[in-house]
Amino acid sequence: MTTTPTYQQPTERGYYGQFGGAFIPEMLYPNVEELRQQYLDIMAEPAFQQEYQQLLRDYVGRPTPLFEAKRLSAKYNTRVFLKREDLCHTGAHKVNNTVGQILLARRLGKTRIIAETGAGQHGVATATVCALMGMECIVYMGEVDMERQKPNVYRMRLLGAEVRPASSGSKTLKDATNEAIRDWISNPVDTHYIIGSVVGPHPYPDLVARLQAVISEEMRKQLLEKTGSELPQFVVACVGGGSNAAGAFYHFLEDPEVQLVAVEAAGHGVHSGHSAATSVLGKPGIIHGSRTLLMQDEDGQITEPYSLSAGLDYPGIGPLHAFLADAGRARFLSVTDDDALKAVIECSRLEGIIPALETAHALAVLDRIGAGPDDVVVVNLSGRGDKDLETYIQQDLM
Amino acid sequence: MTVHTQPMNRIQNAFQQDKKLLNIYFTAGYPELNSTVPVLKALADAGADLIEIGMPFSDPLADGPVIQASSTVALHNGMNMRVLFGQLAGIRATVPDTPILLMGYLNPVMQFGVENFCCEAAAAGVDGVILPDLPLDDYVAEYQDIFRRHNLRPVFLITPQTAPERIRRIDELTDSFLYLVSGPGTTGGANTQAAGVQDAYFQRIEDMQLRNPRLIGFGISDKQSFASACRYAEGAIIGSALIKALEGADDAPAAAAAFVSSIIQ
Ligand SMILES: Cc1ncc(COP(=O)(O)O)c(C=O)c1O
Repeated sequence: MTTTPTYQQPTERGYYGQFGGAFIPEMLYPNVEELRQQYLDIMAEPAFQQEYQQLLRDYVGRPTPLFEAKRLSAKYNTRVFLKREDLCHTGAHKVNNTVGQILLARRLGKTRIIAETGAGQHGVATATVCALMGMECIVYMGEVDMERQKPNVYRMRLLGAEVRPASSGSKTLKDATNEAIRDWISNPVDTHYIIGSVVGPHPYPDLVARLQAVISEEMRKQLLEKTGSELPQFVVACVGGGSNAAGAFYHFLEDPEVQLVAVEAAGHGVHSGHSAATSVLGKPGIIHGSRTLLMQDEDGQITEPYSLSAGLDYPGIGPLHAFLADAGRARFLSVTDDDALKAVIECSRLEGIIPALETAHALAVLDRIGAGPDDVVVVNLSGRGDKDLETYIQQDLM
Repeated sequence: MTVHTQPMNRIQNAFQQDKKLLNIYFTAGYPELNSTVPVLKALADAGADLIEIGMPFSDPLADGPVIQASSTVALHNGMNMRVLFGQLAGIRATVPDTPILLMGYLNPVMQFGVENFCCEAAAAGVDGVILPDLPLDDYVAEYQDIFRRHNLRPVFLITPQTAPERIRRIDELTDSFLYLVSGPGTTGGANTQAAGVQDAYFQRIEDMQLRNPRLIGFGISDKQSFASACRYAEGAIIGSALIKALEGADDAPAAAAAFVSSIIQ
């Protein structure tokens, strides 16, 4: 037996412990199976790697800086570093994934791209790479989210994508994902579905985690340079489906001395009935083709989540995160709308960085993780707040 | 691979008949919570040869707008597994011979407990179960023994993209029927494929000489589409069109009966 990593690598059938798998109707089987059989080989091809690395550097703008946030550090009496994913092209970490998946789609011979989006960042990142590659792009977005993330709807359209409203259920990310899956069922041959987080049937959680893993790969090098050690004491990231967290945690998963902190949206409060804190409120179940922790009623019907933040307003979490929570490898905290908004102001005024509302959830736990003066805390600054300006204005943050 | 044969049940009896079979899908608890049994009985009396009862789910990925909407109404009406099994208790006194299948998504079944679900289904006189998001490997590893113990038949879907060796495997995992999805798309979609493409697919399956009979479903909506599907199979499955006929009907059982008559008369 080799001592292979236990957290990074799912089993051949895509399980992290009891979570994962591919619970999909037969109509999707050939597509998902094709992807499963090919993704590792394609990603290992030197030509793929070269193209991917080059795009990450010249198009996305990687590596993103690791910035020592001195005023936040002073306030919380610890060493806070911000991993600046907000400086990626399009303004969030989402593009790391879409750049990789569009190259994969091309190698699979696909000509049409579909995606779901919540906050619109994944939709914009998908529309962007489709423009770059000259591919048709259709993005599904909940009607509620189209309203609260309007600038991103305009950006997608400007980039040449068609934005289709999802009007069922709570009209948010879950429903947009349902519609994208139905589209894929109807267009099984020419279409690739670029999922935006570490959710969905195997191999998506692993595929997206690998494409986001560049975040923690860079962090290790940058930390060594800036602190003399590759390992921080804490890595903190918000979790919607969990892609930025998966990327920020990935290369620390097998270093137990690094505390991983995943932050979910508590909405109006974890037990208020208006929350998206899946790790607290969820039970094992199946959503979007994956067995994971899921907010559901006792009959197994998926319950509607709530968060002011469109990107965290999802009733599940990726199976990797369900496993990290179950195994105690990551600590799960949750943050209310109000506390996230306070963190928006704080980060803006202390560091001159306006974070996305999703990201603000991660920033809001700095006083709760128990970090000491000599500890190094890396917060994954997953995205910038431009898309949320209207919400910030409505919430009277000025 | 061993071919498994269970004791005969009503599904196989139905296929003994020398005619094309009409399989009707409807959603439990739609349009009213207590319509399930009256609609079921009306469908059977009007001549439906098999009946699939949809167990509503909040997020039915393989379904188009019509069945989605009926599921939302049914859930709103208070339908759940416990209520459904309560309604079906004693159903075999009034609908003795028509095969009844339960169709739905895996999560509600998992939460109810698979053993519990199969036990209740068998007690009610259910003959088969269709769970489109249950993977074959998981069925074999975790469900097959339970299904067999309760004499329940699984039904699996086949699509134009399903590979031949996978079709063979599916054929060996059940002895009921094969659910041939007519073309790409969710339930209720208009069939946009060129007729030649579809014919070639059905012909290819027919040429495989499979052990199970075939029913064609998705996009079958009226007498004409039923008849053309029957050219390539032992019958066909209609769901969304029936649900549409129930929508807004004053008398749902009468509307259900009239719909069946419009197909088979
Ligand atoms: C800036 C930003 N951070 C985080 C998220 C949450 O997604 P994930 O949990 O996959 O990182 C989103 C989603 O839209 C986002 O836009």
